[in-house]
Amino acid sequence: MSTIEERVKKIVCEQLGVKESEVQSTSSFVEDLGADSLDTVELVMALEEEFETEIPDEEAEKLTTVKDAVDYIESHT
Amino acid sequence: MLQGQVVLVTGASRGIGKAILEGFGRAGATVIGTATSESGASGISHELGKEGWNGDGIVMNVGDPESVSAGISQVTQAYGAPSVLVNNAGITRDGLVMRMKTDDWEDVISTNLSAAYRTSQAVLKGMMKARWGRIINISSVVASMGNPGQVNYAASKAGVEGLTRSLAREVASRGITVNAIAPGFIETDMTRALDDKQREAMLSAIPAGRLGEASEVAELAVFLASGAAGYINGETINVNGGMYMN
Repeated sequence: MSTIEERVKKIVCEQLGVKESEVQSTSSFVEDLGADSLDTVELVMALEEEFETEIPDEEAEKLTTVKDAVDYIESHT
Repeated sequence: MLQGQVVLVTGASRGIGKAILEGFGRAGATVIGTATSESGASGISHELGKEGWNGDGIVMNVGDPESVSAGISQVTQAYGAPSVLVNNAGITRDGLVMRMKTDDWEDVISTNLSAAYRTSQAVLKGMMKARWGRIINISSVVASMGNPGQVNYAASKAGVEGLTRSLAREVASRGITVNAIAPGFIETDMTRALDDKQREAMLSAIPAGRLGEASEVAELAVFLASGAAGYINGETINVNGGMYMN
């Protein structure tokens, strides 16, 4: 079983079309990984699907890095 | 031409919607037509079956968010996520603004404008994933020209055209196009109900000297859904025999 961090990184790679080696825990989706606003919406949708959870918009806005997403999911699933 | 596409047409039991359903059926797509009543939906199923086209008629009230999401889930489970959405369902509640009731305003805005937002939102997830999609909104010439007695209808259709342009900008990068068709006077039950004098007055405003056929709107919808139309985005195309040009 993969860890939450591995699963999040995998989704980030798929959604943003980046290599796994480029994705660090501290990577910012927009600044480091080149996500646009629509990419971030799709990323949140993909995370919701993978972890079977709903991420409210006001929480989703705060998820700017890989670590933010991992922390959110760890404390909400 | 459109084999494998799952096309959802709202308000498909008669008029322009019915012609659009038939156009997509002939083009080889799987077509799901919505109607507000059971009898309307079964009429659509019957016609599709008779012609040997793939698809179904379903009951959906586009004015009701829950009915929209239930209808789209039903279609997705049976046929896969819609790749083409035609927002055609529309109503009129005509009256001079001095005498118009608030309900007449709100019902028209809800069915003609808010519905396009609801259905588009519900199908976009599948289109974004597929990196392909087509949304075609049926507007009206009165969106641009205005028409006494139709402030609600004209406002709803002008709203649809604004929605079309904004949504096109939001999703264009995902291979999705959003366009509108603005028909003028088309031969339907509505225009057939006019008396000779009204008809004459209407014809005098149309350079083509005739009303349009519903199929002339439908063929454009089929083209906009095709791969060939992939670079047309956010556009409103007039189909009105020249009565209004921009």
